[in-house]
Amino acid sequence: MLSKSQARTFFLGGTVVTFLAFIGLTVYSFQPSNDQTNHSKISSEVVRGKELWETNNCMGCHTILGEGGYYAPELTKVIDRRGEAYVKAVLQSPIPWGPNGRKMVKYQMNDADTKAMIEYFKWIGQIDLNGFDRVVSPLSKEKK
Amino acid sequence: MKYKSQKVAYWFFGLCMLLFTLQIVYGFIMGFARIGWDGLHDIIPFNTARAVHTNLLVVWLLTGFMGAAYYIIPEEAQRELINVKLAYVQLISLAVVGVVAIVGYHFNHWEGRKFLEIPRELDYLVVVNVLLFLGLILGTLYKAKRRTTTALVLTMGLVFAALLYLPGMIWFDSQVTDSFFRWWVVHLWVEGVWELIMGGILSYLLIKLTGVDREVIEKWLYVIVGLTFLSGLLGTGHHYYYIGVNKIWLVVGGIFSALEPLAFLAMALFAVYMYRKGEKSHPNKIALFWTVGASIVSFIGAGLLGFAHTLPQTNIYTHGTLVTAMHGHYAFWGAYAMIVLAIISYALPNLTGRKRYDKTTGHMAFWFSNIGILGMTVAFGVAGVAQVYMERKMKMEFMKVQDEISIHFVVLLLCATLFTTGIVMYIVEFIKYGKASDEGLQPATVNE
Ligand code: HEM
Ligand code: HEM
Ligand SMILES: [Fe+2]
Repeated sequence: MLSKSQARTFFLGGTVVTFLAFIGLTVYSFQPSNDQTNHSKISSEVVRGKELWETNNCMGCHTILGEGGYYAPELTKVIDRRGEAYVKAVLQSPIPWGPNGRKMVKYQMNDADTKAMIEYFKWIGQIDLNGFDRVVSPLSKEKK
Repeated sequence: MKYKSQKVAYWFFGLCMLLFTLQIVYGFIMGFARIGWDGLHDIIPFNTARAVHTNLLVVWLLTGFMGAAYYIIPEEAQRELINVKLAYVQLISLAVVGVVAIVGYHFNHWEGRKFLEIPRELDYLVVVNVLLFLGLILGTLYKAKRRTTTALVLTMGLVFAALLYLPGMIWFDSQVTDSFFRWWVVHLWVEGVWELIMGGILSYLLIKLTGVDREVIEKWLYVIVGLTFLSGLLGTGHHYYYIGVNKIWLVVGGIFSALEPLAFLAMALFAVYMYRKGEKSHPNKIALFWTVGASIVSFIGAGLLGFAHTLPQTNIYTHGTLVTAMHGHYAFWGAYAMIVLAIISYALPNLTGRKRYDKTTGHMAFWFSNIGILGMTVAFGVAGVAQVYMERKMKMEFMKVQDEISIHFVVLLLCATLFTTGIVMYIVEFIKYGKASDEGLQPATVNE
């Protein structure tokens, strides 16, 4: 039957092979020709938007690209679904936003930050998500 | 307990109990917010509660792993830790960094990246702390009288876990790249190197509790961790299906993550088989329950419930819904919470010299917490499936759906109360054992 040293070889061999394959696939995924994100369109405003997204931990309630908390709506296609004016109203609201009872944190963002957030959402909204965009964003598709 | 320096483990376990309690409190805050009782919104909004809940989870588990290492490594290496004072320094600095991070979350000071919310400047302190920890463990092993596979696998898990923390500290302009490397930490921890830590602890406990020959147990340990990496590394792809990277991950992630349950299945069979083969004479039955329980519940929570949404065809509907929360709870509980509670249950009588392991409270703690969290898992699951159906099939609006499913959170809270009762009993037992003392010292025998 299997000996201990054979078992160790199985462990080490399997690990090395799959590790190399994993690194290879990672490099492959980030080849510019395989880009699905319009990487070149990441403006300084989009970056600022991401910074705001992180420093306020928006992901603690919302999902984006399907990642985050499950307490508040998915925001991947939010501009498509709601339009810029609605998003601006949410971010600048002087009272906690919550038309359906469940409350958001009140951010009262200034115009520049609001603009950056919207640019960030617009960039996110154009990523090719291998089909998930259609599932996650019913309203945007119905409009078309 | 055979070496005096093992006593430091007791304080790590004590910190575990404290942080675990707080984690549960913040879980209740979120559960109540979900049924509309959000009175704390202005002080502790949901995102704060969530960051605290999940970070405390990770920190108490890591604290438990460290305590386990300080307990196990001296016995495996057959010598004292190289420096006990520094181990206490490490414990205190860990607690301080943890508390500072948690307090910061209440003042909007964090990095909103799921599970890695600790802000960067504190990340550096975490790194220093972990380096100190690893220095003590590796130093002890370096001077060891013997180096066992169990100690090796456990230590390898801890070293890799530390290394994998680093990709999570890099800044990326792109949300997609950010997310890609965030999974190198989160996925490769729970479905990779933490399984080595779990495997190491499990193997140690089985050797002690069943009396089965070390060589046999350690051979299977290699097979288990072999299966883990074989499937888990490329299995990372199951997080790359729908975040804006190449379609190749749909195939690679789908196939390899579907194999991940094998490692957990192997772990469950391993524990049950060794238990049946063993002598069944060890008096610490409670530790045995937690040990075998961990191997079985991790297979259900991580293996079966993970498999349920890991194929791309399913995941496209369930990705980022309460179905994920259902799996997250039972997997973390079975694999990591239970193994930490197992090593604590095993170590306490030895650390304190008091043999309270036949107390009814201990058994009740096991059953109440397990039945409670199973109920919670079902509640999350029903809410999740209903959410997927209404939101993603029938295209209803998010908040409309949330109103429909809020009843399941009432059930969740009831089950959480049962769960908490069990955990309170566990902690009461922990306290009743009293502090670690040299009374627990038993001279080492040669052929262990
Ligand atoms: C002990 C081991 C495991 C733990 C602790 C665990 C925990 C988690 C957690 C907390 C998440 C949520 C992550 C997030 O959204 O940020 C998650 C997601 C996921 N897990 Fe696991 N997991 C484990 C094992 C597994 C296994 C073995 C499989 C597959 C067979 C699996 C499949 C998945 C999938 C597909 C997702 C993504 C869900 C989504 O798209 O929203 N997990 N897991
Ligand atoms: C009293 C007990 C508990 C309650 C009421 C509770 C409740 C919750 C709630 C409401 C969420 C947030 C879900 C959302 O984003 O909407 C959550 C997240 C989470 N909890 Fe708990 N929890 C409890 C105990 C635990 C325990 C014991 C563990 C681990 C063993 C755990 C692990 C997690 C994890 C990993 C997440 C993140 C899940 C994900 O993002 O997919 N919780 N919990
Ligand atoms: Fe994963």
